[in-house]
Amino acid sequence: MTNTHVDYQLSQLDQLEAESIHIFREVAAEFEKPVLMFSGGKDSIVMLRLAEKAFFPAKLPFPLLQVDTGLDFDEVLSTRDSWVERLGARLVVASVEDAIKAGHVVDDGKTSRNRQQIGALLNAIEENGFTAAFGGGRRDEEKARAKERVYSHRDDFGQWDPKMQRPELWSLYNGRIHAGEHMRIFPLSNWTELDIWHYIHREQIEIPSIYFAHEREVVERDGMLLSIGPEIQPKGGETVEKKMVRFRTVGDRTQTGCVESVATDTAAIIDEIAIARVTERGATRGDDRFSEAAMEDRKKEGYF
Amino acid sequence: MASTPQTTDAHTTAQGEMDLLRFATAGSVDDGKSTLIGRLLLDSKSIFEDQLEAVESTSQSKGYDYTDLALLTDGLRSEREQGITIDVAYRYFATPTRKFIIADTPGHIQYTRNMVTGASTADLGLVLVDARQGLTEQSRRHAVLLSLLRVPHLVLAINKMDLVDWSQEVYEKIHREFTTFATKLNIPDLEVIPISALQGDNVVNRSENTPWYSGPTLMHHLEHVHVASDRDLVDTRFPVQYVIRPKSDQYHDFRGYAGQVAGGVLKKGDEVVVLPSGMTSTISKVELFDTEIAEAFPPMSVTIHLEDDVDVSRGDMIARPKNAPKPSQDIDAMICWMTTEPLKPRQKLAIKHTTRMGRAMVKDIQYRLDVNSLHRDQEAGELALNEIGRVQLRTTVPLLCDPYSKNRTTGSFILIDEATGVTVGAGMINSAS
Ligand SMILES: Nc1nc2c(ncn2[C@@H]2O[C@H](COP(=O)(O)OP(=O)(O)OP(=O)(O)O)[C@@H](O)[C@H]2O)c(=O)[nH]1
Ligand SMILES: [Mg+2]
Repeated sequence: MTNTHVDYQLSQLDQLEAESIHIFREVAAEFEKPVLMFSGGKDSIVMLRLAEKAFFPAKLPFPLLQVDTGLDFDEVLSTRDSWVERLGARLVVASVEDAIKAGHVVDDGKTSRNRQQIGALLNAIEENGFTAAFGGGRRDEEKARAKERVYSHRDDFGQWDPKMQRPELWSLYNGRIHAGEHMRIFPLSNWTELDIWHYIHREQIEIPSIYFAHEREVVERDGMLLSIGPEIQPKGGETVEKKMVRFRTVGDRTQTGCVESVATDTAAIIDEIAIARVTERGATRGDDRFSEAAMEDRKKEGYF
Repeated sequence: MASTPQTTDAHTTAQGEMDLLRFATAGSVDDGKSTLIGRLLLDSKSIFEDQLEAVESTSQSKGYDYTDLALLTDGLRSEREQGITIDVAYRYFATPTRKFIIADTPGHIQYTRNMVTGASTADLGLVLVDARQGLTEQSRRHAVLLSLLRVPHLVLAINKMDLVDWSQEVYEKIHREFTTFATKLNIPDLEVIPISALQGDNVVNRSENTPWYSGPTLMHHLEHVHVASDRDLVDTRFPVQYVIRPKSDQYHDFRGYAGQVAGGVLKKGDEVVVLPSGMTSTISKVELFDTEIAEAFPPMSVTIHLEDDVDVSRGDMIARPKNAPKPSQDIDAMICWMTTEPLKPRQKLAIKHTTRMGRAMVKDIQYRLDVNSLHRDQEAGELALNEIGRVQLRTTVPLLCDPYSKNRTTGSFILIDEATGVTVGAGMINSAS
């Protein structure tokens, strides 16, 4: 037995954990068919950990949904498999490739895979009849996300209407939806990037190895370091360099940049982040950089 | 290949151990709320370079003389176009001792429901007034809402002092005006600070322009205001949220009641009563995930085990036999109405209270509160959008509630329009019978 709270004070990390667990249980109790959108990144892994805690010792009362872009890092997929196995969870994979073949998504050669995920995702939600989808979005990531409710209502087209959000008071979440609509649920709304890392550190959570500094061949493009691979090759004037790098987010490997780093464990990452001068999306997500409203536009269309 | 973190240095636990303050801004349109939040973030070095660059270049391209710090929180396209806040934005920053969750709310009356959203969970309300204008109807409305929502700490920030020549008289006049108004409200803790959000005076750094002011800077106050004692550790309230029954070979007989503690302290050996059935039992174990813990208190999310096989399901409440709310279907509450179609007597709505859903009928609208004069208009008969009034409800299921003044969790509810599914009302219970 542990007795750590003699003064009845809960640290901020414990408060965040309690809030997220509350959200998981609320959704599991009130929605007919929830699903957890799992990207394999650190945020969705932290979600999994919180869900594990929320329902222990029962198994997760919902499956995981992964949108397979065909461009995921191998390290991310293997960590996913190890989590799925340990929790005995059910995994539903929605492939962008299949969605293109079935005509749900158009591949015009210009749209990034992250954007095409929208179609594959909405299609999978509709086909499976999911009524609530947990996402790992945090409000500190981006200005439009900073505005989003924990329960974020999506219409029949999966769209978010930022001007018509439902009031959300206290911890009384309103899960009412009509047929065909669904709710996005963001249990990590109030966590910051630093909180996520502190939690990973404290809980000794298994995450993909590419989050830690390692040597990699990279090329600098548009101010981002991109990893050399099948899709990324040096263009004229660019030089390939070997650098110690780590990823701050793990999306589609053609769009996700890495940062130079010597941090090989969570404590070192926490130190680096505490003094970082650039947001994680600003540094490493090509798809958010096109316009000031890039994220808002994608969210309206039904992006995570 | 996957790897597990290895180091467990003590220094990295600091962030995890610090405490949390949630605060919400309030006040009229253009009083400078978003600018102030931008200033707080900037001066506490919580703004990243790319964020600041984006805001600087937008300000320049719009032809502004200075960087519009409100752009740091006004994240929606229409907000940037109109230069106003429409919906609440949540921002985060931390100092060595505290993490802050800020809800930057809109001042425009049309978006009052979004202000209420941001303020409902706040420990502290930060009301801004424009020094040139003094208190407006909207600043009064927001002060009333904060007091109804029982936000326990209030700061009145008298902003744009740069535009009134840092006048002590102006500061004192607004200070007096507000204190007079506030005597009729429930505001246990008030601090009045003269600031310039635009230039940063008395926000993080003490101003040389206000030598007559000896109180704390805003940041100093936010860092030191004492919030721990705002919680109820006496009256045990555990709304059952979810029953965990693994139905696996290993945990065949496991039956745990999961939920978030709303009040009091729960521990092994406590005699408890389950409401509304009234059955009694004893707590046999309190668990957090896979670990047995000695005590659970607000706002922990835990799992409770009982010694006896009593019938417990979602929506029930675990309390103490000698200290339990009386199940009641007649509710007297203050309601903040949040939709265009007015609230009328005999109207039927869905109601959510703790983990309990039911239906409610409006029996009577006793009065509407005039936010300027605090006059109670008993002839009102209905509540229009953004109006506040005292209402009697009859519910289909008994609510296990306390007065909101005693417990913000068991004393609050939301009303939902059954046709649209939209949240249309926020309720704060006065009494129940
Ligand atoms: N001179 C001066 N101008 C200020 C100060 N604070 C804010 N302003 C200006 O006042 C205007 C409105 O500021 P905002 O921060 O957008 O106001 P707001 O309270 O957030 O408005 P809403 O969110 O729409 O209710 C902007 O042009 C600011 O630059 C101040 O201390 N001094
Ligand atoms: Mg604003």
